[in-house]
Amino acid sequence: MSFLNNVITGISLGSIYAIIALGYTMVYGIAKMLNFAHGDVIMVGAYMVFFAAGRFGLPSVVGVLLAVVVCTVLGVVIERLAYKPLRQAPSLAVLITAIGVSYFLQNGAQILWGAATKRFTPVVEGTLELVPGQLGISYVAILSVVCCIAVMAALTLFTTRTRMGKAMRACSEDKAAAQLMGINVDATISSTFAIGSALAAVAGVLMCSAYPVLSPTTGSMPGIRAFTAAVFGGIGSIPGALLGGILLGIIETFAKAYISTDLSDAVVFAVLIVVLLVKPTGLMGRYVPEKV
Amino acid sequence: MKKFLALLLAFVMTLALAACGGNDDNQNNNSSAPDGAQGDTQTPGNDQSGDAQTPGGSQPSGDAVTIKIGGIGPLTGDNAQYGTATYWGAEIAVEEINALNGPVRLEFNYQDDTGAADTAVSAYNTLKDWGAQVIYGCTTTTPCVAVASETYADRYFQLTPSASSPEVVNGKDNVFQMCFTDPYLGTAGADYLSENNLGTKYGVIYNNGDAYSTGIAEAFLEEAKAKGMEVVATQTYPDDTTTDYTVQLNACKDAGADVVFLPIYYTPASLILSQAKQMSYAPLFIGGDGMDGMLDMDGFDKSLAEGLLLMTPFSAGAEDERTKSFVEKYQADHGILPNQFAADGYDCMYAIYEACSQIDGLADMDHAQLCDALAALFGGGGFAVDGLTGSGMTWKDTGEISKSPLIFRVENGAYVGA
Repeated sequence: MSFLNNVITGISLGSIYAIIALGYTMVYGIAKMLNFAHGDVIMVGAYMVFFAAGRFGLPSVVGVLLAVVVCTVLGVVIERLAYKPLRQAPSLAVLITAIGVSYFLQNGAQILWGAATKRFTPVVEGTLELVPGQLGISYVAILSVVCCIAVMAALTLFTTRTRMGKAMRACSEDKAAAQLMGINVDATISSTFAIGSALAAVAGVLMCSAYPVLSPTTGSMPGIRAFTAAVFGGIGSIPGALLGGILLGIIETFAKAYISTDLSDAVVFAVLIVVLLVKPTGLMGRYVPEKV
Repeated sequence: MKKFLALLLAFVMTLALAACGGNDDNQNNNSSAPDGAQGDTQTPGNDQSGDAQTPGGSQPSGDAVTIKIGGIGPLTGDNAQYGTATYWGAEIAVEEINALNGPVRLEFNYQDDTGAADTAVSAYNTLKDWGAQVIYGCTTTTPCVAVASETYADRYFQLTPSASSPEVVNGKDNVFQMCFTDPYLGTAGADYLSENNLGTKYGVIYNNGDAYSTGIAEAFLEEAKAKGMEVVATQTYPDDTTTDYTVQLNACKDAGADVVFLPIYYTPASLILSQAKQMSYAPLFIGGDGMDGMLDMDGFDKSLAEGLLLMTPFSAGAEDERTKSFVEKYQADHGILPNQFAADGYDCMYAIYEACSQIDGLADMDHAQLCDALAALFGGGGFAVDGLTGSGMTWKDTGEISKSPLIFRVENGAYVGA
């Protein structure tokens, strides 16, 4: 029974990592940059729902929609102001800028909303009792797994079937060549950020519903965990993000339960190192040879 | 156009960094704190703020000595909520003290350390350049240990509101604490449980990445062993950004613990309470002073904390005049209830003020002489202060405080004496 409980805990935790990782991997896969501010966009999304639903009593669906709109706009604005001017710059400069944006969002949130932790009112509450009192799975966990799978399917369809998706893949392979083929690279990358940030809003709502505390630094640590999950699954690969997230959650939970709560992080990262040694591109990553 | 955007970006980044660095003016703007707490106190003409309360004190007291207090604590970052509380609490005390028109006036400058040791030492250096005579801080243990070894070498008197590890005061005659030491709280917790026959099997969940939490937990475990209490589960988690505690709770539940000791801060504790409820596990939870503040979390479902025991020196719901007036001012300025960090900060300022008032020849002292005089007074055992977190508080020569923890039980969403 406790084994099943741990599996369920692992999947619930992993589904949160996965939905954040999907946003990371999406942006990395297309724009080839690590958007370290992703975790903080999640935080902003969660605050939007907190204020809309918790403070002004709007229905949570409206709150979620508002969060998606605000995060999308925020993502596009960040891209335009912070990343676009660095399109030709070395990738290290962009990486450092992303870290700067992350701090900017954290401190901005602290100025606007204060440092004190707030309790988030979950959009979905309750637990589905499988064996009453002993085994249960929370509705939030079910919802996040469903969302992960839906988002993964939608993103896969989008990138393979639509014109915009094709443009994105073209940009990802070779920006200059894509431009020569008549693709508007800037617009394509902007829409990548818009999608990534909309996903961040959804992730924020799910994360804060599962673990209902909210502070300006709420997004940063899960963001880093999700980044790990994305690398684990193969960064840039959409199904990889889902797989990596769920596996990371399960490994972390098992390490805590069966090895030691002291060593769980060490175990998680040891597994990551082993995977990367054996398969440097991550579980589902593709090796793309660099042509000169 | 690209250049322009790059410049704009650089500007935005500078702002972000300024927010990290948290200099004083910024913080005043951010927190919408009333002006006048800082910088204004040197000029004798600035007494007007206090005139309403003290009609007799309208003449500028020309012989008042101004003591410059440099405060350090996290105003940004993960621990910002604790740092801002110690800052705001102290700020209210400084305003009150300066309105008294007593023999000593305080000038207060608070610097951000982001909760990190290296930043704290830079903040300390900034304060030295500013001319600080007494150091107030830090809020959290790790930076406080770093700053304490500096102040010990440089001879500055240091009083910390909330850095509770024995490491902070160990071997330093100039550093004193306003809060309980961690081992003291752990021992008191175990004693309370065993004396009142609460529970038969005990579980402990603590943050092993944090000195405060580990310090209390270790002392608790030791005392529990000495008292013959059966501890069935000892669980840890690596840092306060951890969100999932199901495994730790499951371990306690499976081991049959009917009391779970949580020597942790209130943010993780609130998650533990809600996850325990989700898995229908309802032992008696007991926590330390770090748990204070949970009930005032924006949007917190108070029914989760029903029956929770906590050991803390301060309750914002206390009925005495002084607490009431403090809570009122704090709420008016910042819109939230003060927690024990704020109360400890408030008491620190009064302790410094009252000690300085008792020192002869204060005006001619430099910081090193002041440090020796204050350390002799605090460590001498004869000096007692009444504050929000205790009355007749005294200090041992080691730097630890002597005051007794109050044990509260949460009933109907409020503290009641247990």
